[in-house]
Amino acid sequence: MEHFTPLPSLLGGMLIGLSASMLLLCDGKIAGISGILGGIIQPITHDTLWRIVFVAGLLSGGFLFQLFAPEVFTFGLERSTGALILAGLFVGFGTRLGNGCTSGHGVCGISRLSVRSIVATVTFMATGILTVFVINHLVGGAL
Amino acid sequence: MNSLLAAFLSGVIFACGLAIGGMTQPAKVAAFLDLAGNWDPSLAFVMMGAIAVHAVSYRVIRRRPSPLFAAVFALPTRADLDARLIGGAALFGVGWGLGGFCPGPAITSLASGHAPVLIFVSAMLAGMYLYKMIERLRMPQAPVPQKASASA
Repeated sequence: MEHFTPLPSLLGGMLIGLSASMLLLCDGKIAGISGILGGIIQPITHDTLWRIVFVAGLLSGGFLFQLFAPEVFTFGLERSTGALILAGLFVGFGTRLGNGCTSGHGVCGISRLSVRSIVATVTFMATGILTVFVINHLVGGAL
Repeated sequence: MNSLLAAFLSGVIFACGLAIGGMTQPAKVAAFLDLAGNWDPSLAFVMMGAIAVHAVSYRVIRRRPSPLFAAVFALPTRADLDARLIGGAALFGVGWGLGGFCPGPAITSLASGHAPVLIFVSAMLAGMYLYKMIERLRMPQAPVPQKASASA
């Protein structure tokens, strides 16, 4: 537990909650990132521009940190290109099939006490834990 | 205009929360999921902080008849559990553990220009596109949303 960062993580989480609340209060939208991206890939008239602007905000926030604190982007895992491609495909396809990710189900859905979101969150946590167990303890930490 | 400004600021704040909280560090995500190893519970605090704020504000906001800059609240209404939800979440979890990124941190991390992020995000968008193509094959008779009554 030598890298345990409870206070920055709690603060970061509260900012995420604040962001989701702002998007709901102002625009009436759910801050689910996979759903927002999915709506750009499968556009519906008059429901696309806010998504692009939100993603531009995400990227702008990223650029701020790249300028002033680039260490927050340390990758730190040993993964081959093939493993990264497989991971990206699973995340992209899985979040669209399951209608959400860590933000849409894990934060917004659980805050609404949605049964679907609670079940989804327990499921992706479980398979995430299982996957890391296999990688770190059965195949030696790199893939 | 106000609605777009709100969407932009919301995106910026979201990215700051992810970066400060540690979500943009895949090794930290993997350490959070590594219960049997050198477990780092930090990211549970990200989730707790986010839910603590949003669970309260959600209830206050929903007392309003409508959002500030939009006509209606666009909220999910489904309550059923199906194989797509559970299968999709299961697949997502495997990818999350394997790559250490979920969608928000991956997009935010594009700003670093690091090769693993570029590869992961390209594959993630390809996965979303693949889903769209399969959906289209499954429902070939579904009308294209843009072609509504306007042209008729």
